[in-house]
Parts: sequence; C-alpha cells; structure tokens
Amino acid sequence: MSTSQQLSSPEQWVDEHGDALYRFALSRLQNPSAAEDVVQETFLAALKARKQFSGRSPERTWLIGILKHKIVDLVRKESRERPAEEIDDLPSDADLLFDPAGRWRTGPLEWQVHPEKILERKEFRAVLQRCLSNLPKRLRDAFFLREMEDQSSEEICKVLAITPTNLWVVLYRARTRLQNCLNKNWFSDPDRRGE
Amino acid sequence: MLTCREISKWVSESLDRKLPLHLRVEVRLHLMMCRMCRRYRRQTVALRTILRVQDPSMAPTAFSDIHLSKGASERIKKALTTANE
Ligand SMILES: [Zn+2]
Repeated sequence: MSTSQQLSSPEQWVDEHGDALYRFALSRLQNPSAAEDVVQETFLAALKARKQFSGRSPERTWLIGILKHKIVDLVRKESRERPAEEIDDLPSDADLLFDPAGRWRTGPLEWQVHPEKILERKEFRAVLQRCLSNLPKRLRDAFFLREMEDQSSEEICKVLAITPTNLWVVLYRARTRLQNCLNKNWFSDPDRRGE
Repeated sequence: MLTCREISKWVSESLDRKLPLHLRVEVRLHLMMCRMCRRYRRQTVALRTILRVQDPSMAPTAFSDIHLSKGASERIKKALTTANE
C-alpha cells in the first residue's frame, strides 16, 4: 500500500467504482458479459499502472479514462473481424417513415422536453435503454462514438474500418431508428410530450 | 427539389460534417417550409443532448439504474486479489 497513498485498495475499487464503470461500459457495449469483462480488464490494468496514478485527477476519472481505451480497443478489434459489406444489410427505418415519393408518412412527433428533466424519469430511462439495446451492433458502435464520446468522423472511421460515406449512412440509420423507437414507445403518449 | 427523405439524411449528416454550400442552402430552404423536417432536426439534436447528459458518476444518466451484479463484483475482486499477489 505504500506506493499508492491516494488510491484505495483494489477490493475497495470494485465497491466504490464498480457500478459506475459497469454503467459506462454497458451504455457503450449493451452486452452485460462483455461489459463485465471490460470492467475487470480495466481494474487489472489500473492495478498494474497504479504507480503512474498522479493523484491530480480523481480516482474515478482515472479509471474511466482507462475504461474508455479498453472499450475502443474492443470495438476496433470486433470491427476488424467483421466484413464492411454488412453495412448495406443493416436495417433502415426509412421505408416505414417515408412513402415511395419520399414524403413523411405520419412524420416525427413533437418532443417538448428538457433533456435533464426527462432523464429524471425512471420509465423514460428504461425505454431509452431498451431502444439503444435494440440497435444493431454496428449502428450502436458508430452512434456511441459519435454521440456519447463526441469523436470526429475520421477517428471513428479508423476504429470501425469504414469509409466516411458509410459512417454517415450508419449514423443516419441509427438516429432515425432510435427516434422512431422513442416516438413509438414514449412520445406516442401525449401526456409525455411536454412538461 | 429534394424529398423529405433525402433532406432528413442531409440533416443528420450536417451534425457530423460541414455540408457543401449548395446542400446547406437547399436544406435551409426546405426546413423553412417543412414542419416535419424541422421536427426531425430538433429530435436529432435533442437525442444528442440527452445522451451526453452525465450523472456525477460520469456514466450517462440514461443508465443510472444499472448495477454490477454481486457475482461479477466477487469475480472481479478475486481476479484483482490474485493479480495483486
Ligand atoms: Zn420535409
């Protein structure tokens, strides 16, 4: 323990940060066992690197930083193992949303919501999680790197081994599908549309 | 004239890169006239904001009901103890 005054013991890490790391991992990977594995790897890597912990940032921030790298490594590895042609087979909700002439069928619903406020509602969080986990993996990977991590298109294309044109199609499909899912499962109730 | 289907694609893409000038003009004109595509754009932006809201644990607030299972937590502690020896 002498080398790590600022750090709590490894067992304490799991109690103190296990949930937060797991939430973070699951939000990106949507697969519980993959998320558990990557959290374990993160703690093990942290154990090895604990001498380098400067104490300048909080322990949690340091651990999440390691976790982010592990997740991107995993996504990169999986993308390398999967052929890129699959992108054309990925589902698109566009045919449901638009008529053959390219006009909206019913159109998106109005969401008059404040993001922080709507997230206070447990039922909404559950619906959002369900919609995210229903995204096909490839759409989800691109979507989390772009929307949650705010990475640039170039960085994401490198990680996923796809072209920018493909990436923009993938992001469009992910957004449209998620919005359609939220429209159907949450905002279709008029009481939930405003605040 | 671009259709709403095409416009929605460009609206999405405009969140990821700067569109060429002629498309920016075309999208803007369409949005002025089309309520549905304006809604689509607002939803796209709202979704991004919702997903970027974080709770104090640094995880997305949308996932704050999730916990590491007891089994997984024990497993990880064991792995750490072994590695620490
Ligand atoms: Zn339109």
